[in-house]
Amino acid sequence: MEALSPSLKTGESELVQQARAGCKEAFYQLVQPCERALFATAMGILNNEADAEEAAQEAVLMAFTNIHRFRGECKFSTWIIKICINEARQKIRKARKHLYESIDEPENGEDGDYFPHDFADWREIPSEALQRKELREALQRAMASLPEKYREVLILRDMQHLSIVETAHMLGIGTGNVKTRLLRARLQMRDALAPGIDGNWTLGRPQYAKVRAW
Amino acid sequence: MRVIEISCLEVWKEISNYIDNDVEPELRARMEAHFKACAHCTAILEGTRNVVKLVGDGMEYKVPEGFSQRLYDRIRDQ
Repeated sequence: MEALSPSLKTGESELVQQARAGCKEAFYQLVQPCERALFATAMGILNNEADAEEAAQEAVLMAFTNIHRFRGECKFSTWIIKICINEARQKIRKARKHLYESIDEPENGEDGDYFPHDFADWREIPSEALQRKELREALQRAMASLPEKYREVLILRDMQHLSIVETAHMLGIGTGNVKTRLLRARLQMRDALAPGIDGNWTLGRPQYAKVRAW
Repeated sequence: MRVIEISCLEVWKEISNYIDNDVEPELRARMEAHFKACAHCTAILEGTRNVVKLVGDGMEYKVPEGFSQRLYDRIRDQ
C-alpha cells in the first residue's frame, strides 16, 4: 500500500485512512459530497442520464478498488472526478460510434474560429423571467447541443468552478486549448439561449425581430 | 497613451478571457474602448456574461431519482 502524502487535507485524512483499511462507510462519506459533480461531469461527456449514472457508478467502484493508490496529493474529489472522466471516455470508445453524436472536429488541432450568430441585446438576466424548471431544461438542451469537447470544458470550468489550470489537468490538454474550447462553448451557449426579443426577456426593443421561440 | 482600435473579430476571440479578467492591460483597454463604441459586441459581452452566470448558478444537472441510493447499494454490495 502506498504511503499517504503529508499534504493530505486534514478533514479527509481520517476518512481516507479508514477507507484504505476497507471501511465502506468511510469510503461512502468521501464519495457522497462528490455525487453531483460526478454525475454532471459524466453528463458533460456522455449527454445521456442512464449512461452518465453508469459511468459515475463505475468510477466510484474503480475508486474503491484503487483507494490504496490514493496518496492524498490532491483532493479526493479531484481524484475521483478524474477517474470518472476516464470511465466516461471509455464508454464512448467501447460503444458503437453512431449511438453518440459524431465529433466532426479533426483529432489534432482545433477548428476555425466560431462567430457569434445572434446580435440581439440580452440585458435582462433570464433567471428572473423564467421558472426555475424551464430554465434548467433550457440550459440542459443548450448544453446537449454543444460538441462534447466544448461541453466538458464548460462543465468543469463554469459549472464546477475549476480553474483553467485544473480543467487542463483533468482533461489532459493544454491551457490554451481549454481557453479556446471555453470561448466556443460560451458563445455557442449564448447563441442557443439567445432569446431575440420576445417581451419576456428584454425591456422592449421593437426594431428587432423575434429570433427564437421558447 | 493612444489606444489602438481593434476589430470585432479580435474582440470575440478574447471575450471569454476578458470575462475571466485574463487579458493583458493593453488589450483590456482596447477592448473597453471597443465596447464603448460597439453595441453589437456589448450585447455579445452581456449575453456571454449571463451564460456564465447561469451555468455557474447552481443549475447543475439534477441527479436522477434514486441515484444516491443505487450508488450506496453498489458500494455496499462490493
